[in-house]
Amino acid sequence: MLQEAHQHTINNIVNKKQVIEIKSLCKSFGDNHVLKNFDLTLSEGESVAVLGKSGSGKSVLIKCIIGLMTPDSGNLKVFDKSIPELNQDELDDMRIKIGFLFQSNALYDSMTVRENLEFPLRRHWVEKDKQKVDQLVIEALDNVGLKHAIDMMPSELSGGMRKRISIARTLILKPNIILYDEPTTGLDPITGREISNLMIDVQKKYNTSSLIISHDMNCVKIAANRVIMLIDGKNYAEGTYEELQKSKDSRISQFFE
Amino acid sequence: MEMDVSWKHFFIEAGEIFRFTVKFFKEVFKPRYEFAEFFNQCFFIGYKSLPLVGLTAFIMGLVITIQSRPTLTEFGAESWLPKMVSISLIREIAPVITALICAGKIGSGIGAELGSMRVTEQIDAMEVSGTNPFKYLVVTRVLACILMIPLLAILADAISLYGGYLGCNIRGVVTWDLYWTQVFETNDYSDLVPAIIKTFFFGLDIGIIGCFKGYYSKKGTEGVGRSANSAVVVSSLLVFIIDLVAVQIADVLGIT
Repeated sequence: MLQEAHQHTINNIVNKKQVIEIKSLCKSFGDNHVLKNFDLTLSEGESVAVLGKSGSGKSVLIKCIIGLMTPDSGNLKVFDKSIPELNQDELDDMRIKIGFLFQSNALYDSMTVRENLEFPLRRHWVEKDKQKVDQLVIEALDNVGLKHAIDMMPSELSGGMRKRISIARTLILKPNIILYDEPTTGLDPITGREISNLMIDVQKKYNTSSLIISHDMNCVKIAANRVIMLIDGKNYAEGTYEELQKSKDSRISQFFE
Repeated sequence: MEMDVSWKHFFIEAGEIFRFTVKFFKEVFKPRYEFAEFFNQCFFIGYKSLPLVGLTAFIMGLVITIQSRPTLTEFGAESWLPKMVSISLIREIAPVITALICAGKIGSGIGAELGSMRVTEQIDAMEVSGTNPFKYLVVTRVLACILMIPLLAILADAISLYGGYLGCNIRGVVTWDLYWTQVFETNDYSDLVPAIIKTFFFGLDIGIIGCFKGYYSKKGTEGVGRSANSAVVVSSLLVFIIDLVAVQIADVLGIT
């Protein structure tokens, strides 16, 4: 049943526009070749998970996509624009369209939840009217079910709440793409499942495309339409969760054991 | 061999600090100007440091006066006490003590704050939200240090002179008017201005080193502690080096 649903989603997105297109991406740190000719495509409305062991280069991949790292070679296009070739202003404009959920949540410790959410709005002058800003903040918090936490400090929040607030901050600029870096790491299985379901809700509500970096199989199963295995710096295998689960290749099957 | 490695590390770090300083001067004139964060930092760096700087300056003024009295009495020059103490305080003690206190309080604070923001990816988060973190975090803090430390030094001058007045009256009687007349007769702009000019450089030093150490903090929470610690050590050392250079320049220019 789940496989059919995934297949249906894949069929729906086959003809959709590609929002991220990566070809032969390479990135090294000294002699450590993290990404070696890595390929990836992400279509509009699609949710792709990149699976790999710790240190396999998953975080490096999304940091290259958002422009926090520069790849050594290869093509990396987001909305048909080559990210490494953008100047700082163009990159800042591009970043409005890309939300990034950090593994550590990266909430600003010195600001309240309200100020954390207002920060991207104020930086981009999306809305100058105070009432409208408040409305956007409350709407974002409502989406993650934490309206009551608006005046709390990040240090007063639990791990799950911090993750939700972080998702709300990512959503506030209504991005077209959301990059999730280990969204369920450090959370208990129940909260992890809640976050995974929240990711699906967000994708449906805002019609976003999602790229999920994870090694949490439950999260991948719930939230991803397609899975890419990142092994030895390459796109080792690709398919739906169920397809990969049936694989006889020991390097793939070890993730599903 | 070990010596070579530490010297190499020293020169690499000195080069990086120089590049960081050049970047600061490039960014400081470029819009967008972060006025709100700048005033916020002025409040934290200036206003919040005032009690500590004020108390230290008061004690220094008092102690220097009490300590100087016996020597001057020995030479029968007790009446020179306000003159001698005020020159020491205005030219050297108040600016340097203010800078050292600020290196300890502000330098470590900035190093720890930016360091923890770096290791918890808050600086990256700022960057991906389209904000230039160097401009928002570094430029505002360094500018606030450059502006606030001279103001704190001027206040420290006034408070330490008041401490000196009380010190003069512990074992003798010097009237308020006589004390200040002697202070103003002895000191002129050539004493005050060079001393205040060097505090702008103290501010630049404390801001740049604190921000540099925090901004490039590594190795998790351990790195945050190291950043805060080395921010204090390096900026305090640089305060003395700047002071030495400033005295030499003033000497060459004949304003000592």
